[in-house]
Amino acid sequence: MNDNNDDSFNEGTYKIIGQPIDRTDGRLKVTGAARYAAEFTLPRLCHAVLVQSTVPSARITRLDTRDAERSPGVLLVLTHLNAPALPQRGRAAVNPPAGRVMSLLQDDVVNYNGQPIAVVVADTFERATAAASRIQAMYTPQTSTLDFASAKRAPHAPATQGRAPSETSWGDFAAGVAAGEVKIDAVYTTPMEHHNPMEPHATVASWDGDQLLLYDSTQYVSGVRSTVAKTLGIPLDKVRVVSPFVGGGFGCKGSTWSHVVLAAMASRKLQRPVKLVLARPQMFGPVGGRPQTEQHIVLAARRDGTLTAMRHDVISHTSQIEDFTEPSSAPTRMLYACPNGATSQRLASLNVGTPTFQRAPGLSTGTFALEVAMDELAYALAIDPLELRLRNYADAEPQSGKPFTSKYLRDCYRDAATRFGWARRNPAPRSMQSGRYLIGWGLGTATFPAHSQPAAALATMLPDGSALVQSGTQDLGTGAYTVMTQIAAEALGLPLEKVRFELGDTSLPPAPVSGGSMTSASVGPAVLSACNALRQKVIMQAIRDERSPVKGLTPAQVTIDNGVLMSTVDPQRREELAAFLGRRGSPLVASGDAAPDAEEEKRYAAHSFGAVFAEVRIDQELGEIRVPRIVATYDVGRRLNAKTAMSQLRGGIVWGVSLALFEHSVLDRQTGRIVNSNLAEYHVPVNADIGRLEVAFIDEPDNRFTALGARGIGEIGITGVGGALCNAVYHATGRRIRDLPITLDQVV
Amino acid sequence: MQAFDYVRARSIDEAVLNLREPSTRCLAGGTNLLDLMKGDIETPVRIVDINRLPLNEIVPTADGGLRIGALVRNSDLANHRYVRERYPLLSRALLAGASPQLRNMATVGGNLLQRTRCYYFYDTAYAACNKRRPGSGCAAREGYNRIHAIFGASPQCVATNPSDMSVALLALDAFVDVRSARGSRRIPLTDFHRLPGSTPERDTNLDRDELIVGVILPPSRFGGRVDYLKVRDRASYAFALVSVATGLRVVDGRVADARVTLGGVAHKPWRAEAAERALIGRPLNNETIAAASDAAVVGAIPLRDNAFKVDLARRTVARSLRNAGAVA
Ligand SMILES: Cc1cc2nc3c(=O)[nH]c(=O)nc-3n(C[C@H](O)[C@H](O)[C@H](O)COP(=O)(O)OP(=O)(O)OC[C@H]3O[C@@H](n4cnc5c(N)ncnc54)[C@H](O)[C@@H]3O)c2cc1C
Ligand code: SF4
Repeated sequence: MNDNNDDSFNEGTYKIIGQPIDRTDGRLKVTGAARYAAEFTLPRLCHAVLVQSTVPSARITRLDTRDAERSPGVLLVLTHLNAPALPQRGRAAVNPPAGRVMSLLQDDVVNYNGQPIAVVVADTFERATAAASRIQAMYTPQTSTLDFASAKRAPHAPATQGRAPSETSWGDFAAGVAAGEVKIDAVYTTPMEHHNPMEPHATVASWDGDQLLLYDSTQYVSGVRSTVAKTLGIPLDKVRVVSPFVGGGFGCKGSTWSHVVLAAMASRKLQRPVKLVLARPQMFGPVGGRPQTEQHIVLAARRDGTLTAMRHDVISHTSQIEDFTEPSSAPTRMLYACPNGATSQRLASLNVGTPTFQRAPGLSTGTFALEVAMDELAYALAIDPLELRLRNYADAEPQSGKPFTSKYLRDCYRDAATRFGWARRNPAPRSMQSGRYLIGWGLGTATFPAHSQPAAALATMLPDGSALVQSGTQDLGTGAYTVMTQIAAEALGLPLEKVRFELGDTSLPPAPVSGGSMTSASVGPAVLSACNALRQKVIMQAIRDERSPVKGLTPAQVTIDNGVLMSTVDPQRREELAAFLGRRGSPLVASGDAAPDAEEEKRYAAHSFGAVFAEVRIDQELGEIRVPRIVATYDVGRRLNAKTAMSQLRGGIVWGVSLALFEHSVLDRQTGRIVNSNLAEYHVPVNADIGRLEVAFIDEPDNRFTALGARGIGEIGITGVGGALCNAVYHATGRRIRDLPITLDQVV
Repeated sequence: MQAFDYVRARSIDEAVLNLREPSTRCLAGGTNLLDLMKGDIETPVRIVDINRLPLNEIVPTADGGLRIGALVRNSDLANHRYVRERYPLLSRALLAGASPQLRNMATVGGNLLQRTRCYYFYDTAYAACNKRRPGSGCAAREGYNRIHAIFGASPQCVATNPSDMSVALLALDAFVDVRSARGSRRIPLTDFHRLPGSTPERDTNLDRDELIVGVILPPSRFGGRVDYLKVRDRASYAFALVSVATGLRVVDGRVADARVTLGGVAHKPWRAEAAERALIGRPLNNETIAAASDAAVVGAIPLRDNAFKVDLARRTVARSLRNAGAVA
């Protein structure tokens, strides 16, 4: 929600915003010219390797580093015995998402398997790796908790996370249950998962005197900067973080994890630049993952399908050192018009690495449970699952009573159902067979809250008529470079190729974490505001310029279109922008910022929505589950780039398939290590697993939410898919599976 | 990974001489060996690169069989005209394995010798793995053993052999041709891989100083009545939970000869001889198929997390027999 509604260009008549523009950084990426964190090579660069604990809970009694230190090429072995003492033992408070409880070699305590216990630095990566394997750790084991089933018997309530309380209720749940004629009461579970972006975490740390430069693969350059500065106890302006390209983040790079600070510590000690890249197995533990959840849902409804009560109680796991909550109850708080409800979030602490935000935290796992429960209710009532959802359609957020900034979920249901052919569905389980295959059709609702945060941008018009626009935001591969370039070009009246957008640097104006699907909605308005201001500035200068054809006009009579300054009253009075700026000789600069409107936030609830229809085909004899097609329609506000938006949604759906059918970090019962910590055994879908994805949009701008009418699109795609697939499996087989992932052994 | 010496063998003789040295391994496609070295599971001090040896030919033999050089890439073998025509079973098994990129690198010799995918074998943080460290125990027994063996395991090791190709080679009665400085020998595929017993550190009966020079296929007995069926957790690029290679010869409506071999279920490619016996002499109908697939899983001993494999193996054998015999 932004108040900088500048009417200087007419919304709805955008020429560049919304277009399916190819990624402006695409060429750099496919030619390998885009430099990722680990590719910044500095003179005298040396290589660090992280050594991790191999036990879940212990005190380190002996750490024999002699062999490692004597290994060829080794420059430093950093352990708790020789690491510099950090202020507050390395736990200087910075709030999440940036700040997390890190493991920075400040003591001998091991809280989880895979915890960093040493850093080995050598002249080459290979030598550092070889030396790292020679470190011998001796432990005194402490009691550990690895079993979720027993840990959840003594759960604790998390400290409030963000703005969402851990417990909510509205109306009178007990009365609502009593008023219901049909009840569903079931428990759903989702497993531990790990993000595994293509590019693992990577940091290059380099000191110049007391000035620290970090090349880091991060979703939040400003967050890394403040966390590292606070943790090391140095002033903020002594740290610069640079992150021009990120090979995927999905939440795990939204926080600053131990390896970043450890690289800085090693580099300071050595007075040489140090590179630290996590190996794939190291992605399973010290850098977060999605916690496992157990979700208890109670639904009560009248015979006609009207919900009278809903309850959603969630227990998710966290670590022993920090609380992180997977807010799976979130959809129950806002999705259906139900007068009585209650939700709670509880945590069970295990000796594992702290979990974190993973694409659509809470909503991905929560829509699975809720949408399966709704399907169960539909069957119990003998009402079509789509009809049941329409009968409980919420025109205002049930818990808060707030109206939505805009909501077209009904249109999503209708559009996707028609395209899918839902009306032809025979609701009876096992009724749709094709040869040896069972066919199942299922529905799930997608939703994700719309967020935005304060952001700033800087726009510079250069004498050659091109513009440089900058903001310290990030592009995780989502298309932020492209979308911001489009917004800037539109606002400045320049062709796309005359605009260069820069990001990923703390020396640029600050922007929030690229998480919560809020980059477009936060940075977009800031870019718009900076560029509007810059255009005004250019026009003001032009009308005062003796030699300009627009000299003497009022600002309102002048426009810039496709790089040409012109009079709106007499189009003959025109001049190439470059000509005017060239005459002037010096650049023009304007800054802009944007922030959510607190008043609007109090009045309205902002969410994106979608409807997901899935078909599964199951081999009756062998149990193999295939997904020939998914049809989905989304209401995400205005799409800023039709192509990147489509990619986000398709990619999100693929991950939804992964959540439903594949992903599962298996925790070894005895050691708390992730058993399948590599990409051969940690399964995500391959191309052959993905059938037709037919994605459509309801293109209704949400102008109450942002001046651009855009809400986020980064996360909603994964939501609703788990429910849709699970419901389709039930329809195909008559088996109600409530535990993800659904594998072939569960369906035969 | 630990530092190692690298030599490139210019001749087979040079390669086998090198293999006499302790702690020496040959490097073929490297798709398994290099991963094992990166994980410190294998720490050879010397690598003999055999990629330049003249072992990449596929030649018909006088008796109508095929001789396949040890360095023939899995993709080339799968797509070779003779193989597709005469040994479609082998072609299909190869194409069911790994990914195109891996198959382009992987060789016949390397595929035969690829090591188990047991999670605990690959993670050196586990002290207990008899295959990695003889006498240390077996972490998989009490650990997560969904992908482990249901046949022929021992208290010392419950790992499975992950190869698809070897399952087909076993069904085709192939031989492995090997050479060492001591001489040459020919090992039938049935005797090539081993059960774990009390020496799970030995996957095969190949001696440390022996080089695989090729694989010999006898003339195909089954023609087109073959099938390779691989059941896995995703549609492609995953190891078999269970795979079945079937070869049938049907004469006058009765099964005259049969091979049923299974992958993903034992420490070696597993021949289901009881199933074969249940087939031979009988008409290939649903009744025979049911009896044979039941027979295939007699004696299976599942672990905590892989009980589903027993029934899955039975169903997969049944489906594969129907596919091979074109029984509806
Ligand atoms: C992610 C992944 C997925 C995979 N999926 C599958 C699958 O689904 N099905 C499947 O069957 N396989 C699969 N594989 C395994 C793959 O088939 C093997 O890695 C490959 O066949 C090994 O061949 P290579 O030539 O690369 O062997 P290398 O790695 O070079 O060698 C393997 C071993 O064989 C030895 N060796 C090689 N050649 C000779 C020789 N001529 N004489 C003596 N010793 C020799 C080496 O010293 C080494 O010990 C997968 C592998 C990976 C990494
Ligand atoms: S099953 Fe075999 S390979 Fe796996 S841990 Fe046990 S001994 Fe090692």
